[in-house]
Amino acid sequence: MDADSLLLSLELASGSGQGLSPDRRASLLTSLMLVKRDYRYDRVLFWGRILGLVADYYIAQGLSEDQLAQRKTLYSLNCTEWSLLPPATEEMVAQSSVVKGRFMGDPSYEYEHTELQKVNEGDKVFEEEIVVQIKEETRLVSVIDQIDKAVAIIPRGALFKTPFGPTHVNRTFEGLSLSEAKKLSSYFHFREPVELKNKTLLEKADLDPSLDFMDSLEHDIPKDEETGAQRVKPKDTVSVKVLELHSSGMNWIVK
Amino acid sequence: MEDSTSPKQEKENQEKLGEARRSWEGKTAASPQYSEPESSEPLEAKQGPETGRQSRSSRPWSPQSRARTPLGGPAGPETSSPAPLSRREPSSTPSPPAPARQDLAAPPQSHRTTSVIPEAGTPYPDPLEQSSDKRESVPLHTSQSERNTFQQSQQPKPHPCGPRDVSYNNAKQKELRFDVFQEADSNSDCDLQLPAPGGSEGAPSMLETAIQNAKAYLLKTSSKSGFNLYDHLSNMLTKILNERPENAVDIFENISQDVKMAHFSKKFDALHNENEMLPTYEIAEKQKALFLQGHLEGVDQELEDEIAENALPNVMESAFYFEQAGVGLGTDETYRIFLALKQLTDTHPIQRCRFWGKILGLEMNYIVAEVEFREGEDEEEVEEEDVAEERDNGESEADEDEEDELPKSFYKAPQAIPKEESRTGANKYVYFVCNEPGRPWVKLPPVIPAQIVIARKIKKFFTGRLDAPVISYPPFPGNESNYLRAQIARISAGTHVSPLGFYQFGEEEGEEEEEVEGGQNSFEENPDFEGIQVIDLVESLSNWVHHVQHILSQGRCNWFNSIQKNEEEEEEGEEEDEEKEEPDYIEQEVGPPLLTPISEDLEIQNIPPWTTRLSSNLIPQYAIAVLQSNLWPGAYAFSNGKKFENFYIGWGHKYSPDNYTPPVPPPVYQEYPSGPEITEMDDPSVEEEQAFRAAQEAVLLAAENEESEEDEDEEDDYD
Repeated sequence: MDADSLLLSLELASGSGQGLSPDRRASLLTSLMLVKRDYRYDRVLFWGRILGLVADYYIAQGLSEDQLAQRKTLYSLNCTEWSLLPPATEEMVAQSSVVKGRFMGDPSYEYEHTELQKVNEGDKVFEEEIVVQIKEETRLVSVIDQIDKAVAIIPRGALFKTPFGPTHVNRTFEGLSLSEAKKLSSYFHFREPVELKNKTLLEKADLDPSLDFMDSLEHDIPKDEETGAQRVKPKDTVSVKVLELHSSGMNWIVK
Repeated sequence: MEDSTSPKQEKENQEKLGEARRSWEGKTAASPQYSEPESSEPLEAKQGPETGRQSRSSRPWSPQSRARTPLGGPAGPETSSPAPLSRREPSSTPSPPAPARQDLAAPPQSHRTTSVIPEAGTPYPDPLEQSSDKRESVPLHTSQSERNTFQQSQQPKPHPCGPRDVSYNNAKQKELRFDVFQEADSNSDCDLQLPAPGGSEGAPSMLETAIQNAKAYLLKTSSKSGFNLYDHLSNMLTKILNERPENAVDIFENISQDVKMAHFSKKFDALHNENEMLPTYEIAEKQKALFLQGHLEGVDQELEDEIAENALPNVMESAFYFEQAGVGLGTDETYRIFLALKQLTDTHPIQRCRFWGKILGLEMNYIVAEVEFREGEDEEEVEEEDVAEERDNGESEADEDEEDELPKSFYKAPQAIPKEESRTGANKYVYFVCNEPGRPWVKLPPVIPAQIVIARKIKKFFTGRLDAPVISYPPFPGNESNYLRAQIARISAGTHVSPLGFYQFGEEEGEEEEEVEGGQNSFEENPDFEGIQVIDLVESLSNWVHHVQHILSQGRCNWFNSIQKNEEEEEEGEEEDEEKEEPDYIEQEVGPPLLTPISEDLEIQNIPPWTTRLSSNLIPQYAIAVLQSNLWPGAYAFSNGKKFENFYIGWGHKYSPDNYTPPVPPPVYQEYPSGPEITEMDDPSVEEEQAFRAAQEAVLLAAENEESEEDEDEEDDYD
């Protein structure tokens, strides 16, 4: 959620029950402003909250002019002091994929994972148990990265690409109509496209290069009606047409 | 020439600008200045033709008449006048005059655009056709012509059309621009220039024809899309001028796209527009009913009644506390739920009601209310057919109609465990659900132990429709309403807690040696409860207790010994089984008794089952204690020392660190006794048959031989 429209977005997202207490909200507003100033971001988004056993992590992301560029992620335990997280690498993701269970809530906490590694000693090959220590920070980074890659979405038309390269927010984007908003095809994954190149030429001919430069949600597996990867659910509120897309924890509100 | 006329022209310009400004709203064709904008525009984008076009459009109106007049003449000096101004101050302080000029320039722009278009500026058919950038057509050339003259005056001919994007900061850039446009419109320039200084008589007619030609070209309909450029441009410009976006030139292409798209959506429909029944309208209707008070006949009486027996909980108060903890639905939604609960209590005879929580579903959500009916006012419960039982009966009974008696299977389904009576155990409360506040409340059926047992093994998302089937393995006996009820029962049993001492057991009724089903399942509020310090509540889990009975693995709260004969259901205990039907002895299951502190709860993989927090670290004196369940994510409880409340909001699933895997089907059951009569055997092969026959014949032969011998003997005897 944009730091500017934080309160409104929080109110709309409250349908799933997760909200912020007043002191958190207030401190978020102030601290996000300061973050924007200090790090000189173009936009600061409040990404969300990861629940831990002892404490919760509040995550924010900063964007530069180019919307599709790598976002900088910051975390905070108390919504007032933010620390920058290192960008995610493949190695980190692979390493933290073995850790299961809840987050502790302490960024310096280390998970221990015993691995069997084959060690060659001369002619003998035997397995040794090695205890690998994985820091919670690493896990945090990779989890955020995975969630973003999997379920960060944006409506079609909200961003457009100029021939010069950078992606901009489309200021003439007025939103989606109700019927459009219910369709999965009007949303894209908010990340570098992975599947676009695999499309046939015929399909590509229909696309508009300035708008359709990201993967559409339509082709996400599972495509089954019942267990769709993304669910579009109209929330019946009177004043505003709101849709929520749930993806086990990540909600997207489209007005 | 320039110098002399420039101050005059300048004044003239300024005046006209002022005029233009005043009258720009009406878009009347006053005589706005064709002034500095040339230089001011370029401050912004300089992206080439497109932006040039834009700047052109935003250029102030230049009187058509003037355009038409011999360009060499008045237009020249006029155009030249602002330019020198700008020229003179390129590097010094462009800013102060520039913004001023820009401002002034802005109003007149509108004039220019609207009036330019209808009147199709300068007539130069040839240059138009040859111009590479077709969009710029009319305005381009008008200003171009002006620029040309300007340039003319400035520099020796022939000079190309003026710089559309003059950066008066950088003269060199200007020259570059000149070059660009020189290439682009060299022809036009020549043409422009030729007639310009020429006679004034030839120009108008040529201009006119050129204008008409240009306009005709613009009006040409595209074969592909049916639009024509003229209309499209005018629509676009209208839109831009109406909306006045910032940095319009940057988003110009998008605007163009949008205008094209908009053309498709608006179709002239001869039919009357039916008022759309949007789903949002429907829900608004329903919710409006909530807000109506409903006619009251005895207003005063009713009010008193309402205030007196308040079955309705103070949902808003609990919501406030939960909000401190960061949990809850928004204020609006909570209020609507509040009203919906009020409606529930008004329509049903309810003693106590509580907002249990919200369960999210794929298509729709459920709002759950926990309700206790008044004594004796229980609604009749429909006997539910125990699906499991039916199936068992079918299986265990052999089909005896056939001639050959089929072997009887000695599979005996385990006897279905009967559900608990209402008001006891898992069925202590009745639950009502609705999808949205405003929709009617639906009562959920009581839960059956079999459902709980199976619910523990499956993990399905709720769809939001109560009659949806639950397709799973092991097969769930019931549909979504049963599954929902089972999950609600499990969640309540697992996560409803209260501060120690808030509830106490009722007066002791005799001995409690036997762990009878009566057990200790009745509790009441402790009137002497004095509250516990919030700090204590946070620090130690033993200050919280469960006040809902634990559900045994059997699926009930109170142990049911299925081995017993029906008459002895009441009596429980450690009775040994002496029946011969079931030689097994089923151990009685024991669960933790009621009101056990939650510190006794089991951990999951070293994760404590509960997390306690203070709602706010900054202001601890008014903070409340918040409990979060790690076993059932989404279950919360708060207490401020005296008050407490439980709440659930989530998907309705238990936490498991690993992914869900359905249980493996059991091994094939040895259903029938095996014996030769039903054991399969291969048919004898031909050799075997022959051998068998041979053997038989041999036996027969032997027998015959004996007989024949006997006969022979007999015959011999006769002899």
